[in-house]
Amino acid sequence: MIRERAAETFAKLGWPTPRIEEWKYTNLAPLSKIDWRLDEGGRTSRPPAGETPALHGASAEFVFVNGRLAEQSGERFAAPEDARHYADWERNAMVALNFANMQDGARIAIPAGTVVEGFIHLLFIGHGDGIWSHPRNQFVVGANAQVAIAETYVGTGAYFTNAVTEIIAGEGALVDHYRAQCESLDAYHVGNVYIHEARGASVTSHNIAIGAALARSEVNVALAGEGSSIVLDGLFAGTAKQHLDNRTVIDHIKPHCESHELYKGILDQNARGIFDGKIIVRPDAQKTVSRQENRNLLLSESAIIDSKPTLEIHNDDVKCNHGSTIGQIEQEPLFYLRSRGIGEEEARNLLVYAFAGEIVDRMKVEPVREQIRRALFQSMPDRLPERRGGAR
Amino acid sequence: MLEIKDLHAGIDGKEILKGVDLTIKPGEVHAIMGPNGSGKSTLANVLAGRPKYQVISGSVTFEGKNLLELPTEERAREGVFLAMQYPVEIPGVNNIYFLKAALNAVRKHRGEEELDAMEFLELAREKMKVVELDEVFMNRGVNEGFSGGEKKRNEIFQMAVLDPKLAILDETDSGLDIDALRIIATGINNLRSEHHSVLVITHYQRLLRYLIPDFVHVLSNGRIVKSGGKELAEELEQKGYDWIEEEVA
Repeated sequence: MIRERAAETFAKLGWPTPRIEEWKYTNLAPLSKIDWRLDEGGRTSRPPAGETPALHGASAEFVFVNGRLAEQSGERFAAPEDARHYADWERNAMVALNFANMQDGARIAIPAGTVVEGFIHLLFIGHGDGIWSHPRNQFVVGANAQVAIAETYVGTGAYFTNAVTEIIAGEGALVDHYRAQCESLDAYHVGNVYIHEARGASVTSHNIAIGAALARSEVNVALAGEGSSIVLDGLFAGTAKQHLDNRTVIDHIKPHCESHELYKGILDQNARGIFDGKIIVRPDAQKTVSRQENRNLLLSESAIIDSKPTLEIHNDDVKCNHGSTIGQIEQEPLFYLRSRGIGEEEARNLLVYAFAGEIVDRMKVEPVREQIRRALFQSMPDRLPERRGGAR
Repeated sequence: MLEIKDLHAGIDGKEILKGVDLTIKPGEVHAIMGPNGSGKSTLANVLAGRPKYQVISGSVTFEGKNLLELPTEERAREGVFLAMQYPVEIPGVNNIYFLKAALNAVRKHRGEEELDAMEFLELAREKMKVVELDEVFMNRGVNEGFSGGEKKRNEIFQMAVLDPKLAILDETDSGLDIDALRIIATGINNLRSEHHSVLVITHYQRLLRYLIPDFVHVLSNGRIVKSGGKELAEELEQKGYDWIEEEVA
């Protein structure tokens, strides 16, 4: 059984620490000292409204409380027939831990040629100190099918979410993926996303990290079919003592694939952000086009960013560029806004929001985009204006 | 309205203004002309409170208040407006939202009620017509992707909406063709009244054909070396600046 084997693997690998290259900046060893338990009973209904953001317009919604399915509404889908695991449980300790304790999750097959209207929403609610949850989601999207998937993580208390999501995009499939990590500020969050693309598939993945005391988000993309492409967007915004670690790996396996990656970090007070982005271009992946950019905005003297873009190129028929910047609020725009009567605080807020806006504005599914906009306001109340673009 | 006394100011520790005296009364239009490097833009920026400029000594009083003590946004709320020589592009900050926030900050300061979205749009549309700016510009980022001329017209549009008591135009005419120049002059002339004053900073006399100044001053090497009526601008246009510098020397 996979559970037992995964448990053995985790026992062997242990909790990740900075001794492992992939975990250079984040140490999960302290989590091993907590006696985590699964929520085996009790509340499986959705916590009262107000605790959770409403998201209208979903064609199907799954609500999970502490890793267990509590509610399901809207369209029904069949489960995938292919039981193959794309998440690397043999080498990734946290995936192994997830598999060993695997709970509910959305496992959905979209038949070939199907266009799913609207979007599928997975809402994960963590609740209670000392509770851990291990949801596992799998989307198998058939050839030329089209779907938008949104995952939202929220909650209250010092719980621990360790989620795995696999997206397997078939030939010519079109997937728009959103992951909004808005956990409780006392919570821990580890999210592993594995995206596997066949020939001509096209995936867009938006990864937002604004919650949790400590969060690690990992996105692994395998461009395994000729002519497949990925747009990988990320936005992490931390304040207080938040620690937000973002790792991405884009593996160009086949020729004529494209990857476009933009991760932005906003760090205030004593927050620490990490961007560790790796692009691999395999010997067979000729005519690769790859662009990777990480831009960071530091709002206080004590905020920290570690930016580590890595290119690993094994053939010379490629067009790759990558860059990383770290900056503060620019003086010229600040002066311009103030010179029109806008107070310094509000002017700063506008500029911070404009920085984040580039990522937010690219989200196509409106209810998801607006939810993330609201979550951003709430997460950085001192920094972000109430709203933007009011007069239309 | 504005009284500048023996103003010394500079940038990066270098003194550029070396004792400027200037008084502007309500309703007056003053032009400051001068060769490059004479300190024209420094004067404009010091009045608006641009952080990298330092005041060394002297005083500036605006409507009885010590202007130099006020932060930039307070000066704007009091009614000082600077149309900038190089307006910055701010992608992601919506033009119309930004201007509404600015206007409401100014109105609040004046004790007036804030405008709601509809009222603001009505006002903005009216002012947009004057400077012949298309509405599509309004939903872009501030100055984002605007041509040089569009940026200058946007400055005048903002001025028209904010209705300042003192408008300072820093080389607003530079780089404009004759049509754009006329549009800008119309925008400024619309603002003129017995309560509104204008300080035009320019290298050339072109704009002053459409915008007749009451006084013309020549700034040279950080000082106002000559003042006169509108005819002085024409004289400068014909003879250049050399003769004044010789006269002063």
